[in-house]
Amino acid sequence: MANVFTNIGDWVTERAPNMMPMYRKHMTEYYAPKNFNLWYYFGSLAIVVLVNQIVTGIFLTMNYNPSAAGAFDSVQYIMRDVEWGWLIRYMHSTGASLFFVVVFLHMFRGIMYGSYKKPRELVWLLGMLIFLVLMAEAFMGYVLPWGNMSFWGAKVIVSLFGTIPVIGGTLVEWIMGDFLPADATLNRFFALHVIALPLVLLLLVVLHIAALHEVGSNNPDGVEIKKGPKGNRWDALKPADGIPFHPYYTVKDLFGVGFFLLIAAFIIFFAPTFGGWFLEHDNSIMANNLVTPAEIKPVWYFTPFYAIVRMVPSFLGTAVWGVLAMFGAIAVLFLMPWFDRGQVKSIRYRGTGYKVALGVFVIAFLGLGAVGAGITAEVIPEWFGNVDLTTWENAFGRLMTLLYFGFFAFLWAYTHFGWEKTKPVPDRVTMHD
Amino acid sequence: MTKRQITMKHFLSSAALALGLLVGTMPAHAEGESGLLKSGADVRDQASLQRGAKLFFNYCVGCHSLKYVRYSRISEDLGLSEQEVMQNLNFTGAKFDDPVISHMPAESAGKWFGKAPPDLSLEASAKSSDWVYTYLNTFYLDPHSPIGWNNTTLPNAAMPFPLWELQGMQTAEYKPGTNEVEKLELSKPGKLTPAQFQQATRDLTSFLEYASEPAALQRHHYGIWVLLFLAFFTLLAYMLKKEYWKDVH
Repeated sequence: MANVFTNIGDWVTERAPNMMPMYRKHMTEYYAPKNFNLWYYFGSLAIVVLVNQIVTGIFLTMNYNPSAAGAFDSVQYIMRDVEWGWLIRYMHSTGASLFFVVVFLHMFRGIMYGSYKKPRELVWLLGMLIFLVLMAEAFMGYVLPWGNMSFWGAKVIVSLFGTIPVIGGTLVEWIMGDFLPADATLNRFFALHVIALPLVLLLLVVLHIAALHEVGSNNPDGVEIKKGPKGNRWDALKPADGIPFHPYYTVKDLFGVGFFLLIAAFIIFFAPTFGGWFLEHDNSIMANNLVTPAEIKPVWYFTPFYAIVRMVPSFLGTAVWGVLAMFGAIAVLFLMPWFDRGQVKSIRYRGTGYKVALGVFVIAFLGLGAVGAGITAEVIPEWFGNVDLTTWENAFGRLMTLLYFGFFAFLWAYTHFGWEKTKPVPDRVTMHD
Repeated sequence: MTKRQITMKHFLSSAALALGLLVGTMPAHAEGESGLLKSGADVRDQASLQRGAKLFFNYCVGCHSLKYVRYSRISEDLGLSEQEVMQNLNFTGAKFDDPVISHMPAESAGKWFGKAPPDLSLEASAKSSDWVYTYLNTFYLDPHSPIGWNNTTLPNAAMPFPLWELQGMQTAEYKPGTNEVEKLELSKPGKLTPAQFQQATRDLTSFLEYASEPAALQRHHYGIWVLLFLAFFTLLAYMLKKEYWKDVH
């Protein structure tokens, strides 16, 4: 039997001589720093979720009907009459939310350990493009079940483009193919969600990983292992602090995947709506342009960005500033490598100012999420009694918006003017794990 | 750094992640739900589902459909034979594999009640079990309403209270000088005691919760085995990782 495999292997190698070198380059001879910690699980987990979304998505597509008349019924058909349809749909809907959990943590890891800095700017930019496409993918996917929140969410989000002066109105009609989200909208969102954006996403993921493997992984110490001493057990010329990705990190990630699936399965089997956070109550009502939900708000992962739109006031006769600020909130993330002029990568050796600023940034992001999700609208009257909700919410939300953008401004000034007092960075990685 | 500190740090970061997930479970609609009663409905209680189905087909199906639910599925999921379902629950002459469709013509219903009675297949997930239960317990006589009934959970509800024979009649006590209902009082008892009526509405709520997601039964059935398998898998993966990493220092 072994002989058969060897023969097949030789046959392929003869015809594709670069296959084995490629496998070695990316797996068995890709030397990753040996000191990865908990934060380094989220990259491989993102791939696991991506595969889950594609596989479950294919099966959903087999039974879903992309039309305004049939979409809602077909989702119930999947939930009730298709064998295991409920499991496939819950895996897809839970996967969508967990995708953002994993990606947010993955991005935070990158910020915390300075993984966006030279020479990894390209890795960061490709990752940010993935995030952008992922948001478009998630938004369109959310419209497909054609529930009432799908409909009104789509209407509100697409209407944001209507604030652009002069062309706004025409642009909104062009995007929707109608004056309201309708059959035409659903059909094009379906096409974009199941084929166009996933293709782009896959391509970007390949480029993201390829770009990473060109420069090598960063690590919690922010030390370049390629610049450190050479020679490990496998290769005399490779970094001493590197270990082969396969099998070391493949088995480690396998454990991470197991743990992650445990959490995912708990949600899928015991709390698939996650208390209305992953699947919203109003989406159990079919899309209806005559009945507005009590409170229109996007799914949780969009809430920080949605809050920024709401918090930025309109002036000079246009509301476009909020929309610009929302896109700006993502644009500044793209520019992280150029805002941060500091040479020290990891938070472990950075100045106190950076640590405090990053903490404030996290608070601002969560605070904006709370505003966008309507949590502040509930909590303010509860905590402060009979106060003017709009004033208080705006005050809080605008402060959080300022802090969000303030992080980037501070980071630039802090590093550009040399105010940061860093600690000495060790020559080699320190094992914390 | 000692081994002990490492474990502590590990534990802290895991705890932080777990906390983040827990915070995520806060109900998204806390405001709307704060005034609701706890339904106590449980779709895993088959006897309760059977009683709830009986109530639904005696008191509700005259006006309300469950267009996504088939009689055959009810039979399968509630442990009832085809004969039991067809004799005791199906009063419309529908076939065993047909969905539950009310015989009331939608047009006349619109004329009679001002709006057509909604399909209830997804009512429990569109509102919540607590909402359904509270709604069924908060009807009261209201001489100002065109139908004679009103409801504190859904003010000016178009539905006259169909369970009045069971609960009896509640009347409202208003806050002095306002139209705001302060509390409801049972002014004329019905066939059931208040406790029995609460149980009956709890059963009906369980049945509607089941109707909104029959898959819940399968979820609960398989979920625990999937978790046990994954826990075992994760343990094996952990041991494998430990073994491979023995020589990394």
